[in-house]
Amino acid sequence: MKIRIIPDFFKRIFANLFSVKKNIRLGFYGPPNSGKTTLANRICKDWLGEEIGKVSKIPHETREIQTKEVEIKRKGQTITFKLVDTPGIATKIDYEDFLHYGLNVKESKKRAKEATRGVVESIKWLDDMDVVVVVLDSTENPYTQVNITIVGNLVARKIPVLVVANKIDKRKSDIKKIEAAFPEFDVVGISAKFGKNIEEFYESLFNIVKKKR
Amino acid sequence: MANKKSNVTLQFIPYSELAYLTSYKRVKKLLEVVSEERIILFQGRLSSEEEADLIEETMKKIGKSKKFKGIELTTFSPKVTGLSFFNQVREGIAGFLVGNRDILTIIGPATLVREIKKDPTKIQLLLRK
Repeated sequence: MKIRIIPDFFKRIFANLFSVKKNIRLGFYGPPNSGKTTLANRICKDWLGEEIGKVSKIPHETREIQTKEVEIKRKGQTITFKLVDTPGIATKIDYEDFLHYGLNVKESKKRAKEATRGVVESIKWLDDMDVVVVVLDSTENPYTQVNITIVGNLVARKIPVLVVANKIDKRKSDIKKIEAAFPEFDVVGISAKFGKNIEEFYESLFNIVKKKR
Repeated sequence: MANKKSNVTLQFIPYSELAYLTSYKRVKKLLEVVSEERIILFQGRLSSEEEADLIEETMKKIGKSKKFKGIELTTFSPKVTGLSFFNQVREGIAGFLVGNRDILTIIGPATLVREIKKDPTKIQLLLRK
């Protein structure tokens, strides 16, 4: 009896130690301009003091996968995350749309080309995620086919999902609409830009990770 | 007077035409039709993985062809009490192309279709001028 208890005790201790140290690949997915990089920047600034990438009002600012390792501490627990900020997923990309933002034809075409590659990369990386934060703009209609496709693929791969209703600082923000669209997921409303409700976000994130274990 | 908007072709693809194709061929066929400036209406829906493949292949095609700028895609259940948003996610996971003929999928080229709006009883295709 004694012999059995002691190894079990050490097994548990070591299992906990390693589970705390485990590197969680945390993906940020969503349509373009929903605030994925802004949220990843917020987390990086909170815990590393530096940003992961540039943000812009022009869609498809993030056109390559960006990663950063960050250790987040909460209520005595520490989890190391590998943040994976992905380009926004879209079903169409027209270089002419970028002209309206003041880019010239050459710049717009280059941006469109890079953006299409970015979408392909985002989809390819889906298989490598441990947990995914689906970032949605809470001022926009959540009932889109892109959102169905993203969430459907995550559920099919059994990847835990946290839905973030971003931009709650804006007047048109409607978290309830996002909650209604995703009744089976945890939805947390935040303003990544201003840090509003960010503690609630960390709480939800830790809960999702705990569930995964 | 005829103009560009009056020349829209809506191609109906029956369930039987896609059901027995492999995922790869299914996606390829749909993309071929859409790139010919036709709007597809087909019975059933793609699985979530096939939808992701369709988006991936769409992006690759944008890079290769100057005229092709992507797609607009939606699934629709004619039953009023049909599918909630989350149920649509579920149906996609189950890969219901073969199993559910009550669902319709519309795919249009982005050069023709600006937006697809839907509610439980109607679908609006907003075309480009």
